[in-house]
Amino acid sequence: MTAALDVKGLTTRFETRAGHVTAVNDVSFAVQPGRIMGLVGESGSGKSVTGFSILGLIDAPGEVSAGAVLIDGIDLRQLSDEDLRKMRGRKVAMVFQDPMMTLNPVLRVGDQMAMAVRVHRPMSKPDALDHARKALEVVGIPSPAERLKAYPHQLSGGMRQRVAIAMALLHSPSVIIADEATTALDVSIQGQILAEVRELADTTGAAIVWITHDLAVVSSLADDICVMYAGRIVERGTAEQVIGGPRHPYTQGLLDSIPALHEPGRKLPQIPGSTPQLSRLPEGCPFRPRCPRATDLCRTEPPLDVRDEQAVLCHHPLERA
Amino acid sequence: MARIGNVLAVPSAAPVETRGMRLRNFWSDYRRSWLAIGALAVILVLLVASFGAPWLVPQDPYDLAQLDWLDAFLPPGTTGSGGYVHLLGTDNAGRDMLSAILYGLRTSFLIGISAGALALTLGISIGLTAAYFGGRIEALLMRVVDLQLSMPAILLALVMAAVLGQGVPQIILALVVAQYAYFARTTHGAASVERRKDYIEAARSTPLPTRRILFKHLLPNVLPPLIVVATVQVASAISLEATLSFLGVGLPLTEPSLGSLISNGFKYIHAGRSWLSIYPGVFLMITVVAINLVGDQVRTVIDPRNSR
Amino acid sequence: MFGYLVGRLMQAAVVVFVMSVIVFVGVYAIGNPIDVMIDPGASQEIRENLIRQYGFDQPLWLQYFTFVGNVFQGDLGRSMVYNIPVTSLVFSRLPATLELVLVSVGIATVIGVPAGMYAGYRPNGIAAKLIMALSVLGFSVPTFWIGMLLIMGFAVNLGWLPSGGRGEVGQFLWFKTSLATTDGWAHVIMPAVNLSLFKMGLMIRLTRAGMVEAMGTDYVRFARAQGLPDRQIVFGHIMRNISIPLVTVFGLELGSTLAFAVVTETVFNWPGVGKLIIDSILQLDRPVMVSYLVMVVLLFVMINLVVDLIYAQLDPRVRLKGGS
Repeated sequence: MTAALDVKGLTTRFETRAGHVTAVNDVSFAVQPGRIMGLVGESGSGKSVTGFSILGLIDAPGEVSAGAVLIDGIDLRQLSDEDLRKMRGRKVAMVFQDPMMTLNPVLRVGDQMAMAVRVHRPMSKPDALDHARKALEVVGIPSPAERLKAYPHQLSGGMRQRVAIAMALLHSPSVIIADEATTALDVSIQGQILAEVRELADTTGAAIVWITHDLAVVSSLADDICVMYAGRIVERGTAEQVIGGPRHPYTQGLLDSIPALHEPGRKLPQIPGSTPQLSRLPEGCPFRPRCPRATDLCRTEPPLDVRDEQAVLCHHPLERA
Repeated sequence: MARIGNVLAVPSAAPVETRGMRLRNFWSDYRRSWLAIGALAVILVLLVASFGAPWLVPQDPYDLAQLDWLDAFLPPGTTGSGGYVHLLGTDNAGRDMLSAILYGLRTSFLIGISAGALALTLGISIGLTAAYFGGRIEALLMRVVDLQLSMPAILLALVMAAVLGQGVPQIILALVVAQYAYFARTTHGAASVERRKDYIEAARSTPLPTRRILFKHLLPNVLPPLIVVATVQVASAISLEATLSFLGVGLPLTEPSLGSLISNGFKYIHAGRSWLSIYPGVFLMITVVAINLVGDQVRTVIDPRNSR
Repeated sequence: MFGYLVGRLMQAAVVVFVMSVIVFVGVYAIGNPIDVMIDPGASQEIRENLIRQYGFDQPLWLQYFTFVGNVFQGDLGRSMVYNIPVTSLVFSRLPATLELVLVSVGIATVIGVPAGMYAGYRPNGIAAKLIMALSVLGFSVPTFWIGMLLIMGFAVNLGWLPSGGRGEVGQFLWFKTSLATTDGWAHVIMPAVNLSLFKMGLMIRLTRAGMVEAMGTDYVRFARAQGLPDRQIVFGHIMRNISIPLVTVFGLELGSTLAFAVVTETVFNWPGVGKLIIDSILQLDRPVMVSYLVMVVLLFVMINLVVDLIYAQLDPRVRLKGGS
């Protein structure tokens, strides 16, 4: 089976006053149709930039400098700007974090959706609105015909995010990238939407990249997990592998600091220090200064260690018990 | 679409800045525009030339004893009866235009800077008072300010100038009345935001006198936007003064400013003596544009949204 | 909605009242109009008769109430210079000013908005830098001097356009306007361009700022992620967002253009209300000054109201509340 999304060696750099900053560093992963891949990392780890790089939405002073992004076998990086635009929304769609901001406040929901429909499929406006209404139904919005006439501020946060997801679904894309799509929502709404996303992946066969800082969310949602640190993927595997038997010390640290997975009454372990600045990365392994297992060997580039499809970028990976 | 994407998280340092560092950072940011450096240099040169005019130019254009009717309407570059070259020609009274322009520029600077400074002081006082006390005082003061802002400055200045009569102090007063509202609005806007922050509440709960809180705590925080408004307003005051003088309600020709020189020259444009109005206008334009360019760059530098 | 309108109209009434008092008192302080009106050699008796005739012997507050009473009967007094009712004087001059203002605001919008949009769309391009430089010139170089340069260039040196005055007036529907004749256009175009430069600079800056801000928003990124082409993002999405502040400014600037017309009308000898007010200030024609200023204030208040109403139409988030 060919992967719906196959990212190979993706590298994105930003030109800043401090010099080149590599926000995404040689990132590779693949997502099969109908599967959900959780892309986890702290803020500044490069996970959002990865999402935008996949869509080719990086502008100056940033630049995707290397790698390939294959969707259904087509390399987006080889396409002309115009062909790439035609892929966006049709083959690969994106949902953003803040539903308050992603919908244009002065346009009716229906108008915005109709625009998104007609850009890839020429049809009359009433037909487009009808198509939009069906998409709203799919994501569980009650009385969708009325919602189409509403302005975004007249909808609740959860409703708005459902609208955004419906817009991503309009053209049944092969790949959906959701960037912190539920972070701004209430926990109960978040649960509902996560359940719907799971169902969408199963029924539509879309490959979903779920970008989040919240390991707890992906542990319940994702089939596969990539953990990002300082622009690189440091661990990659199935959800069971990564959650059940993390091999990178950073993943281990993240898991240890999730309160829900922890014994009550005990002090919550933390990862010492903070995310390094991308412009001032330590040589060798970027996690070295914070790592409990670091040795002098870690001053050199860490190797990729693969065991049973679980890959880890580390000199001293944890051995599974 | 160059903007999209710069806002993506590229982590940056949040260093603690001292005042000296801030000043140095300001300068290093300001320096990045050649245009802005040039504009600043031009302003400095013009300031020196105009205030040093008595020592730089051959003639005191307003000492009637130094004028000779025979020198009237000499085109630029002619040598007059004084034995020196009139680089920019002479006017209908035989005045050396370059001398008159530099003297006029001095008046324009004097008026622009004093009007700006006075309007700034008045505006800050009103804006801070309103923001600090709140309630009725605030409502009343800001209502007046808003009312004034809804009227164009030129109209207010025109009426004030008409009421007050001609002369430098009168013009300055008219300009202050027309312009203080911009400062009051800016101060009030910035101060209202600051007031809600915790540090002002903290200062208010200590037995510090009101005046101290206003000037030690609020003022420094509302200063940056005011600096921008101030540059723009000085330029606008110079331009307004020239306009009023041109309209005949500003300064008379006996008290020269760039505006009254242009106004005088306007009478002769059909007679082909364009140097009488073009040269003072060129100086006026360079002055005003240079000040605005500096203001633009200052705005760019201190606007936190522009920092990367 | 109705409550909102009533509230706003009440506010407007207070503003007009306050301004009329200020203007009346202010204008009262200017010189003695009688001295301007009559021959200095006239007898004391003629002087006193005139003073009584105009009511200048009465206390200021009484004069004010007489004035207000007359205003409510549609009588703004008589011009001391032209000796005709101020109302007819102002209305005879108003069309000239209005056509000048309309043409110049039209020019400013038609050129300024697209230029600003482009400058905001590609803010780092050379064209954008050039547009911004021109806009700085537009609103920092004094209007009257540019007007003078225009006259020197196009009227004196090239002789293409008349240097001043209003041209031939033609009939358009039920009004007479110089916009109905070629000669009229030849006369109006130069002053209109002159008057438009300041607005144009402002329009360019505002449109650019709105554009730059909109380009960085999430909804634009979201629209791009949907595959919308730039053209559709700009005209389908952003245009609507930046039109809101633009309409506000457009309306407010309509009023200030009217005020700035004072300068342009003086330079081009254009027989509008702006020229009238300057002449009346120079000649201490008090009733004309007061009436003009009160009318301008009234106009400003009305424009503000209309702008707010349109604003509420354009921005679905704004709901009009009763006057505060």
